[in-house]
Amino acid sequence: MSTQVEPEPGSAGSTGPDAAPVPGAAPEPKPAGGPPSAGPGIGRMGALGMPVEAARDIRSSTRRLLQRLRGDRVGLLAVVLLALASVSMTVLGPWLLGRATDVVFRGLREGGASGIDFAALRRVLLAVLALYLAASTLQYLQSYLLAGIVQRTMYRLRADVEAKLNRLPLRYVDRQPRGDLLSRVSNDIDNISQSLQQTLSQLLTSLLSLIGTIVMMVVISPLLAMVAIISIPISLWMMRTVTRRSKVRFIQQWGHTGRLNSLVEESFTGHAIVKAFGRQREVEERFRRTNEELYRASFGAQLISGIIQPLMMLLGNLNFVVIAVVGGIRVAAGSLSLGDVQAFIQYSRQFSQPLTHVASMANVLQSGIASAERVFELLDAEEQSPEADPVTAPAPRGRVEFDHVSFSYDASRPLIDDLSLVAEPGQTVAIVGPTGAGKTTLVNLLMRFYELDGGRITLDGRDIAELPRAELRSQMGMVLQDTWLFGGTIGENIAYGNPGATDEQVREAATATFVDRFVHSLPAGYDTPIDDEDGVVSAGEKQLLTIARAFLANPSILILDEATSSVDTRTEVLIQRAMAALRSSRTSFVIAHRLSTIRDADVILVMDAGRIVEQGHHEDLLAAGGAYATLYNAQFAAAAAEVA
Amino acid sequence: MLIRLLRQHLGRYRRLLVVLLALQLVQSVASLYLPTLNADIIDRGVVTGETSTIWRLGGVMLLVTLVQVGFSIGAVYVGSRAAMGFGRDVRSALFHRVTAFSAREVALFGAPSLITRITNDVQQVQLLVAMTCTMAIAAPITVVGGVVMALRQDAGLSWLLAVSLPVLAGSLGLVVSRMLPKFRLMQERIDNINRVLREQITGMRVVRAFVREPQEVARFDAVNQDLTRTSLSAGRLMAFMFPIVLLVINASSVAVIWFGAGRISRGEMTVGSLVAFLSYFTLILIAVMMGTFVAIMAPRAAVCAERIQQVLDTPTSVLVPHEPVAALRERGSVELRDVGFGYPGAESPVLAGITLRSLPGQTTAIIGSTGSGKTTLVNLVARLVDATTGAVLVGGVDVRELDPEVLWQRIGLVPQKPYLFSGTVATNLRYGKPDATDEELWAALEVAQARDFVAAMPGGLDAEVAQGGSNVSGGQRQRLAIARALVRRPEVYLFDDSFSALDLATDARLRAALAPHTRDATVLVVAQRVSTIAGADQILVLEDGVPVGLGSHEDLLVTCPTYVEIVDSQASTREAA
Repeated sequence: MSTQVEPEPGSAGSTGPDAAPVPGAAPEPKPAGGPPSAGPGIGRMGALGMPVEAARDIRSSTRRLLQRLRGDRVGLLAVVLLALASVSMTVLGPWLLGRATDVVFRGLREGGASGIDFAALRRVLLAVLALYLAASTLQYLQSYLLAGIVQRTMYRLRADVEAKLNRLPLRYVDRQPRGDLLSRVSNDIDNISQSLQQTLSQLLTSLLSLIGTIVMMVVISPLLAMVAIISIPISLWMMRTVTRRSKVRFIQQWGHTGRLNSLVEESFTGHAIVKAFGRQREVEERFRRTNEELYRASFGAQLISGIIQPLMMLLGNLNFVVIAVVGGIRVAAGSLSLGDVQAFIQYSRQFSQPLTHVASMANVLQSGIASAERVFELLDAEEQSPEADPVTAPAPRGRVEFDHVSFSYDASRPLIDDLSLVAEPGQTVAIVGPTGAGKTTLVNLLMRFYELDGGRITLDGRDIAELPRAELRSQMGMVLQDTWLFGGTIGENIAYGNPGATDEQVREAATATFVDRFVHSLPAGYDTPIDDEDGVVSAGEKQLLTIARAFLANPSILILDEATSSVDTRTEVLIQRAMAALRSSRTSFVIAHRLSTIRDADVILVMDAGRIVEQGHHEDLLAAGGAYATLYNAQFAAAAAEVA
Repeated sequence: MLIRLLRQHLGRYRRLLVVLLALQLVQSVASLYLPTLNADIIDRGVVTGETSTIWRLGGVMLLVTLVQVGFSIGAVYVGSRAAMGFGRDVRSALFHRVTAFSAREVALFGAPSLITRITNDVQQVQLLVAMTCTMAIAAPITVVGGVVMALRQDAGLSWLLAVSLPVLAGSLGLVVSRMLPKFRLMQERIDNINRVLREQITGMRVVRAFVREPQEVARFDAVNQDLTRTSLSAGRLMAFMFPIVLLVINASSVAVIWFGAGRISRGEMTVGSLVAFLSYFTLILIAVMMGTFVAIMAPRAAVCAERIQQVLDTPTSVLVPHEPVAALRERGSVELRDVGFGYPGAESPVLAGITLRSLPGQTTAIIGSTGSGKTTLVNLVARLVDATTGAVLVGGVDVRELDPEVLWQRIGLVPQKPYLFSGTVATNLRYGKPDATDEELWAALEVAQARDFVAAMPGGLDAEVAQGGSNVSGGQRQRLAIARALVRRPEVYLFDDSFSALDLATDARLRAALAPHTRDATVLVVAQRVSTIAGADQILVLEDGVPVGLGSHEDLLVTCPTYVEIVDSQASTREAA
């Protein structure tokens, strides 16, 4: 923040590197990573939850935020020019008014009461009025343009975050509290937009009028100007002292907002559990604590940043008295006109006002910067490996090979270790094994949700790491244990994997997967709006919908991970039949607990602790009397014992 | 709405606000005194060249300034306390209200919107209150005081005030009233952004699997553009405000000098008075501008307050009785008397005519096709929703008359979506019984067939669990959720399709281990597999929300064709093996 407002005294036009969006005026943009302190991108420590590193980050966040405004270079230039014009006019106003006072005063001195030259006065005043009118118009235009620039910048920032989300590795997203991520995109960006909208225009105007005022004061009386200018370093020092303290609070405030958001998000998502386990009181207690922390941080930020204005006021008045004294002496000595003193006094007010403004704006802006920091943190997160170049591939046949694959979510615990398997085109590969054996992980790797630690996976002989992800995935149809529906109609949800599908095709897929049946009982049929959380469709129906989705996508490789676990068994039997047809022409990977459902598979892989312990046909494996036989018998015995 | 929200939640800070008012009063009076001193310095010092007078009056002026600054800082302190305290209290009230909601009300608003309301919307109102407390509250005082002082300086020019003030207020009012609908739209659009993003984050795997990133980007872009458009038109309206204020102030000062000169020429006014009058005039108009600052915030805050109030005003459909029954009449029995449940406005009820009684030690299973109302039935017993007809009794007491705390203490629910909270295995297991010992936890894990994998996790009980339990597999999640319910040792177990992600062997072992554990408890099991429930004391067969069979496995094989169909569907797959 220290570089926020550091206009070098007297040097008009230079407003400190980071203060106003001078980039528009300065044609060559500084390269983003120029100074060593900027260091965005690679190698930034840790996850979003990490405590924010101090001033350096703030400074580079400020720079980056302002750089983002540059997208509208022409607009910014126009804003600066408009501001310059309107400020010069506003600055000239008091000087002209001073001339008016002089006219009055001269008239009084020279000819008594009737000596005032009203014609001259009218001329001067009309000029002032015209000036003010023009200044206001220009200022409106400037704010109008700036609103566009700010909003477009925010639009781009949100779009960048969205794009970023799509490039983040799942490994990263899985570990982030959802609420905090959301808070960054909504609360923080909203805060940035508000603070920019509020401050930018005024910051610019204030800084320019500060400079203009100084110039005018120097013109009128260099001596008096000296007095006024002395207060600049003092006020800068005060500003710095205050903002340094408020900065910490603002960072805390937005950090706590994110944490509160996470807590709220989690409690609302797990709402039923919270209630049924009688945990409202504890959850509320946790909320109360985070809320209290947020309160303390926002109170601190508000208090400290609120102090700046009275302090500046004190300085302004001090300034005034000194000017009045010195001015009075000069007038008495006859070296200065009374009008000049009056103008000067008005200037000295006009001088401390923008200073006060800059100070309080700096604080609002700081709140925005604290938020920007959090958004940039997200934008700087390490991305998944870059996409390979698209290749013109021959029609996929669907041969999948895992070649000495090893992988772990957590380096200290190898999960999949030196695993090799081959699925020939058209084969159905079933993967069985106890929960936690790494079956779903295989799916994650095949879909390239996670990157391998060792070995390689090939599709029709090509390493999938060398394929663009989109190309790889568009050949796969996946149905997961955890269903997911987006807010839209049932029809749209089915067509998710094949946006070009006709209504007929949607209906066909729905009929094949027994979705059609229950859709008919819904009030608006396929146009019934649903989302992931409301109770319109049950868990089993959701699974059916996701199966229909994969069905319609018509992929060359099908992945079913416990796809029917919440579907009742009668429906499941029917789906199995439909799926058998679907599977016949493509390579399929099926994960299922119910061994009876996969007995027809071409290959059954029995996994345990991240390794394949057995593989073969159902009969062979049974005959071998190994792990599969044990599993199967245990299941069959258990089931038989219950049913019998 | 805004007023109501403020009255309700600022009331606590009444005393603070009185202090604030007093501080602001002194501060404003001090600041109003300054122009008079200023005029004196000019008239009696600068004009006459009396340096000593300037020094003397300057000293007084500094003193007054010190007082003003001191009181201003005091006002900032008190004002921030009240404003931020207000924000905290509203958030807390909102959270409390939502926690009391039933699933129905949560679905009504949607979780994303509730989240926006509790953070972003409160933020906006809080900002308004803060601005009011630190800036705008002084404005009326300054205006009134300024008018009085200006009149004292020269009553003859005061008509100028009567012109410029209404002009200013009128034009600002016009702008503000046009901004209001824009801000309402804006908050809704922030909701939309939140909703889309939340979906994309939760559904990231599916989005990527179907290579729908471009479409998702487009979907986000649509809501992003909507928000940008609305913010832009609000911002452009806002652009009117300051130029208008400045123009009125500046034009007025020109008028003051023009008419003032006339009065001076007639000897009715001194130059010092003119300057002082000008100062007061500016002071008044700046006060109005401060008010404008707040006026800029007000429309958005008003909309936010409305959205907050909406949540606060929504009664939970699961009401706590006025005189709750604090004890069960009998140990954990569950009885449903001709129970029905339907969503308001829906054509057919989700459940109808369910009558059922289950005693401790008994297991009642519920089976039926997807969407037949099984989960709803479980939610009725846990009182996550209330029956629309009939009555649900737990321990012989209608759940609607029971203290919910008492009810929930007796119940161990394992929901269909086994949601885990971020934390550790232990914090999740202790969710229903915070004082459970490690031994109890391990015992529950043992029964839930989760001991082995928890022991293998780094840290064991202290192993980390991510939000929603996303870092453990579906089957592990289910078993942890079962263990979580077991730790409570409840009188009523509700298993809502809790074994679906388990392989059959684990399922069988789990049920075998569970049996002694639930000997004294009433158990309700929703399941898809006949093998899971065949041993139950009674089985309720549901078809489209209506009971089509109730009895033991053997009875139903004879009496209930639907049940036979279900059994056949599962037997056929096995026989084919």
